[in-house]
Amino acid sequence: MIGNFMLFPALVLIFSGFLSLFLRGNVRAALLLGAPLFTLWMVWQISDGPQLSVPYLGYELTLVYGSKLGRLFATVFSLMAFMGALFALNQRSKLELGAAFTYAGAAIGVALCKDLLTLFVFWEVMAVASTLVLVSNGAAALKAALRYGLMHFLGGVILMAGIAGHVAQTGSISFEAMTLERWPEMLMLAGILINAAAVPLGAWLPDAYPQASWSGMVFLSAFTTKTSVFVLIVAFPGEQVLIWIGLFMVFHGIIWAILENDMRRILAYSIINQVGFMLTGIGIGSEVALNGAAAHAFTHIIYKALLLMSAGSVVYMTGKSRCSDLGGLFRTMPVTMVTGVIGALAISAFPFTSGFVSKSMVTQGAADAHLSGVWYLLVAASAGVFLHAGIKFPWFVFFQKDSGLRPSDPPMNMQVAMIIGAVLCIFIGVMPQSLYAILPFYVDYVPYTFSHVVSQLQLLLFSGLAFFLMLGLLKRTETITIDSDWLWRRLGLILANGTVRLVVGVAAPVRHAGVQAVQALLWGLNKTHNEKGPLGRPAQTGSIAFLMVLFLAIFIALRFYS
Amino acid sequence: MKQQQDHWLVRPRTIKILWIMFSVVLALLVGADFFVAHHPHFGVDGLPSFSAVFGFISCVILVFGAKALGLLLKKPEDYYDR
Repeated sequence: MIGNFMLFPALVLIFSGFLSLFLRGNVRAALLLGAPLFTLWMVWQISDGPQLSVPYLGYELTLVYGSKLGRLFATVFSLMAFMGALFALNQRSKLELGAAFTYAGAAIGVALCKDLLTLFVFWEVMAVASTLVLVSNGAAALKAALRYGLMHFLGGVILMAGIAGHVAQTGSISFEAMTLERWPEMLMLAGILINAAAVPLGAWLPDAYPQASWSGMVFLSAFTTKTSVFVLIVAFPGEQVLIWIGLFMVFHGIIWAILENDMRRILAYSIINQVGFMLTGIGIGSEVALNGAAAHAFTHIIYKALLLMSAGSVVYMTGKSRCSDLGGLFRTMPVTMVTGVIGALAISAFPFTSGFVSKSMVTQGAADAHLSGVWYLLVAASAGVFLHAGIKFPWFVFFQKDSGLRPSDPPMNMQVAMIIGAVLCIFIGVMPQSLYAILPFYVDYVPYTFSHVVSQLQLLLFSGLAFFLMLGLLKRTETITIDSDWLWRRLGLILANGTVRLVVGVAAPVRHAGVQAVQALLWGLNKTHNEKGPLGRPAQTGSIAFLMVLFLAIFIALRFYS
Repeated sequence: MKQQQDHWLVRPRTIKILWIMFSVVLALLVGADFFVAHHPHFGVDGLPSFSAVFGFISCVILVFGAKALGLLLKKPEDYYDR
């Protein structure tokens, strides 16, 4: 039993993250760089099937379960923790890397578990740890961190309600493929989709991530949405609604990124866009499409981390993040520029980069399933990716106008982290078999045909032509673009203020009317009962006698005639 | 002095050469399409230069669509702080 815990990779990162808070200098660096590599080794020691189970409240929790899909995600999460740690060693806040490692460890915990209770526990650890990554960036990020935390705890509650209902109805805690027929599964899907940054609540992502530090966003981009992709591949493969949610996200990401000025918000929107591709693949549900979704998650984590390391280096060296403040940095930041461009080419699915060999499997899945509308939209979106991320990011940051800024490349460890990311992007693009071999299903797909390469180059380069011809229309403005976070950042505020105003507005007239009524009553009582009023003044004996006689007469009359 | 200030990559002459090279590559790609045996999935996508035209038009529509939405959605940077 104790021996088996040696096979629990999630704990290695969580524990070393915690330990790193108390270490410093080279010892801390060695731990933070060694732990992810050790975790990677452990992940590949796990053979198929259940490896570590513990009884809990009458249920058997499967903490570690070997599967091709789980290993794939755990592998890229470990790689990511290594690259991120190398990049973030100069980060002054120790809390950030400690929290980031807990976050990464919990993501690996999700990827390797096989029951819904363990899944939920790691899910919540991720929510707390990722909120801490944001909080560690100080006061500026606090409000966004709070909004981020609230959104994820809401998602967690919805997921838990779904899990509880599912367990109550089926008696099973197994984490496996489900059908979307009853409300517990629908709740689970809703909870997972919140973490995937799906419509309509996905605006938490571009709201929160760019508030993280220059290194924090590198970690944030990798785990939350991709863990959701993993869970969706296992639990809801072929669920058609995911196609439409995915396509919506694809275009939502592109359009908002086109409008955006802050380079890290551009990259945040492109995460939504890329996760949209993955969800569409999961919704299609065939083997090639699911392979595509999984492969795309793998390659995306690496090239998005690379793009964010490039952007993070610019923030680290200049303190600026808005395209309108940047430009011309290619002169003095060649390594950051070249690696950033490689990341941009990979996200655009340029031939001989990792994005090409993964994304094309998703579009192939749509073609094989004869979903012509979906296919055309995915191809149009691929053109749009080049437009909003592939050219826009490098162009406005490194070229464009000369901003006058002359920062040098960042410290060596950050450069090495970016070079590792760039090499991985090209390696996977040139040697796709290395990735295809570890995908969940057998791959019968050849990405490099002459026809496919020519089509893709046409698509991308003519998108590039469109970009440069429409450059005037794409000029950056110093604006933000409202998204569905408007619902809770503005509408919520308006409703809250409105409620206050309503209460005050209704209360004042009511109180005024009440005061007036009491005053009128007092005035009336005073009028009748003061010493001169009809009921207050002293009565005269004569008039009383008269009244008595009158009453007596009425009384006798009534007696007599009745 | 002026030579030093202007990085060779941003000189008008270089940019002109880059545009010419870019145009040549685009032309070659369109030309290559006539020698490729396409395997169309749905019909239209088998036409020569389909990807070039489709990619270009998609981007134009996306940019104009985004601009139109931007009229409604773009706000000053301090929008949420007010």
